[in-house]
Amino acid sequence: MGEDLGALDTFPKLLLHHARVRGERPAIREKDFGIWQTWTWRQFADEALALACGLAEEGLQGGQHVALVSDNRPRLYAAMSAVQCLGAVPVPLYQDAVAAEMAFPIQNAEIAFAFAEDQEQVDKLLEILPQCPNLRRIYFDDARGMRHYAQSLLRSYDKLLAAGRDALARDRAGIEARIAQGSGGDVAALFFTSGTTAAAKGVVHTHASLIGPSRAAAALDKLGAHDVILAYLPPAWIGQNIFSCAQAFVTGYCICCPEAPETVMADMREVGPTYYFAPPRVLEALLTQVSIRMDDASRIKRWLYRKFMEVAHRVGGALLDGEPVSALDRLSYWLGDVVVYAPLRNVLGMSRVRVGYTAGEAIGPDLFKFYRSIGINLKQLYGSTETAVFVCLQPDGQVKPDTVGPAVPGVELKFSGARELLVRSPGLFAEYYKNPGATAQAKDRDGWFHTGDAGFFDAQGHVKIIDRVKDVGKLHDGTLFAPKYLENKLKFFPYIKEAVCFGNARESVCAFINIDVEAIGNWAEKRNMPYSGYTDLAARDEVYELVRGCVERVNADLSAEPEIANSQIRRFLILHKELDADDGELTRTRKVRRSYIGERYGALVEALYQGADSVHVEAQVKYEDGRIGSISADLKIRETKTFAAAAARKAA
Amino acid sequence: MRREAGEVALAIEGVSLAFGGVNALSDVSFDVRSHEVRAIIGPNGAGKSSMLNVINGVYHPQKGTIKLRANGGWREFHDMKPHDAAVMGIARTFQNIALFKGMSVLDNLMTGRNLRMHSGILAQALRIGPAEREEIEHRETVERIIDFLEIQAYRKTPVGRLPYGLQKRVDLGRALASEPQMLLLDEPMAGMNLEEKQDMCRFILDANDQLGTTIVLIEHDMSVVMDISDRVVVLDYGRKIADGMPEEVRANQAVVDAYLGASH
Repeated sequence: MGEDLGALDTFPKLLLHHARVRGERPAIREKDFGIWQTWTWRQFADEALALACGLAEEGLQGGQHVALVSDNRPRLYAAMSAVQCLGAVPVPLYQDAVAAEMAFPIQNAEIAFAFAEDQEQVDKLLEILPQCPNLRRIYFDDARGMRHYAQSLLRSYDKLLAAGRDALARDRAGIEARIAQGSGGDVAALFFTSGTTAAAKGVVHTHASLIGPSRAAAALDKLGAHDVILAYLPPAWIGQNIFSCAQAFVTGYCICCPEAPETVMADMREVGPTYYFAPPRVLEALLTQVSIRMDDASRIKRWLYRKFMEVAHRVGGALLDGEPVSALDRLSYWLGDVVVYAPLRNVLGMSRVRVGYTAGEAIGPDLFKFYRSIGINLKQLYGSTETAVFVCLQPDGQVKPDTVGPAVPGVELKFSGARELLVRSPGLFAEYYKNPGATAQAKDRDGWFHTGDAGFFDAQGHVKIIDRVKDVGKLHDGTLFAPKYLENKLKFFPYIKEAVCFGNARESVCAFINIDVEAIGNWAEKRNMPYSGYTDLAARDEVYELVRGCVERVNADLSAEPEIANSQIRRFLILHKELDADDGELTRTRKVRRSYIGERYGALVEALYQGADSVHVEAQVKYEDGRIGSISADLKIRETKTFAAAAARKAA
Repeated sequence: MRREAGEVALAIEGVSLAFGGVNALSDVSFDVRSHEVRAIIGPNGAGKSSMLNVINGVYHPQKGTIKLRANGGWREFHDMKPHDAAVMGIARTFQNIALFKGMSVLDNLMTGRNLRMHSGILAQALRIGPAEREEIEHRETVERIIDFLEIQAYRKTPVGRLPYGLQKRVDLGRALASEPQMLLLDEPMAGMNLEEKQDMCRFILDANDQLGTTIVLIEHDMSVVMDISDRVVVLDYGRKIADGMPEEVRANQAVVDAYLGASH
């Protein structure tokens, strides 16, 4: 490249660099009117510089914040770059947030200039205008439906661009000089943590803190200018920004923007990304689609799929990890690849995926193994907004379903006494915007960031995240009790819908189980077991046996982890009703409210610990129309087998 | 706020239509101004669809004339054919959806361009020379319609596999593809849920506002009619009983009687 990478310490400098060295290579693509339109790095840089000149004429100063509310579009990224060219700070906002949620960031960051994709976003900004007196310019891209908008603060992107192009033609050197003045320590972007509570915080990142980890991770995965990514997650989320902006700027790869949110699957097949990110729920939805379509396929196809998926399950992961596999297995895997895996990868749009990541929540081992077994190099990583994503990631060949991998080069990790994961890295955020109290709480004097996540290192030094620190407790013997970790393990079985584990300050762990009516209903139908509904199924001995099998497999798993081997589940019961948000047992986002359930069903918890075989329960239920009734039932309690800890306790 | 209605673009004068002894329309006169949304309402059997079929050239009225503005002058029709209507820039959608169920959304929309294609069948089939260029031009127009109606995700889906509300949207797209001056919509929201109705209203208003298309629609959902139309004409037993702004029509005693069934 001939240029010192160290000198390219800001995104605008990287932009000019790519425009120089690979000006004719694609920087960003978007499907528009049914055709993939390409912007080369030169075009992209020209547009960003022109916009920057336009914004400068409109009075945007360095250091000011600019809100951007848009789906993934080339113009969003051009505007973001333009803002950075002036030393100002882009603030991407969630495009599906309601107007009221946008008011806080706009007030908090004293935003005067905003970019909005279309009428929908403009309407939201206009709605909160009375609360945001600082806002004095809104640039809109798609003018549809806005012919009659007379507000003087509205201006079209096209007009800004046209004015900017004139200004750029007059004084290109001026803006380039301005870019040259920037340095890595300047603020590059402000990300607001999704404000489900009123306490949304603005996370300030510098160019250095975004570029550093992006570079390290890109080097680890050997990402280069020929890679391609599909940008389909909300731009306001830092992960999206890292994968389809920061890393693209670092390596020069191509960002592809889907035509519409509903066309992501089809677009993915067309562009064939080589680098891919998806949260577990997306991967799960894809797998469900595959399963449904396979169920509808002809018998021969179903048979082929079943046979070869067995092969894949047995050896696919090992092949990907470069482990030894017998010649016969290699042959059958090769055959399977021709007949099943390659076509399947193609349907999923993952034929060319070289590196894929998932993160955000725990991923079920079966789900994870499915993708790896058909030859997709799916890996896990761990990070947060405050750490510019990359804290841990799984290098090729060291992929395990239940860890998030070792630290990314340059990242220091340690666990506090309370098992909280602490991180020190070049990617740490500078501060929470205008919130020194929160900053001091999250980042201590020595520069360690407190993640709030509890976990431990496994034998290979991989980090295992088990729960939020505030939820982690201890058994009487001092064993770590991480309820969510256990509950997740249980919920990965299709038969178990919800689980609630108890054990903090007790001698052992017990669990409530909610069965999945649909999955167990199917299972019952196949066995010709008639049933009337949830309560009926939940009381069946056969179902208890099925669930016991699941719990015992979890116990076997746990026995392999010395740190928590003692938190195996000793006894369980299947609840007589499904946990419901209307009864206050789940949050609206379907997370179990463990302490509330513990109080409400206190008698059941006690029965679990007192060794009874069954317990009578009578509980109030709230029907959907608001009536209150009560149901009573006799619940059985079952013991489960536990396993001796497999390995000796680590010296600690 | 909406586009200002212009001068009269279509005038129906003294139209009477009878099928044997049944008088479907008796001496009906009204006009449609360019860029307006004009609703035709009335109880079942009032002659609304017959009226659209007359404007569209499917039915030939025994009496009366249809006058259309063209190139600054007027053209008068006594015996209009559907083809004439199409050439004059009138497109329509149908109550029961008239699409090719086995064909993709894209192909269905391309049929809407048929009138504007000049190359012959053979040239089109072989995609030779000008035919290919022409197809690309037409495809571009169709892609704009797809973008306009936000149906990108269904471009390649056979129409028969789409849910009803989307089929209605495609039907609208097929009509819009011919870039009509005037769009006749026969119950565009029948059988839709509230959300689908809201979407459809938005597309109709956007077509009216952005593309400047004049809209004539038949609709039973009174709240929709009152919300989106500029002027309403009311038919009952084949006669015009009222004509005016939505609020005038709503207050009209004859209209209330027609809907509530007063004795005649």
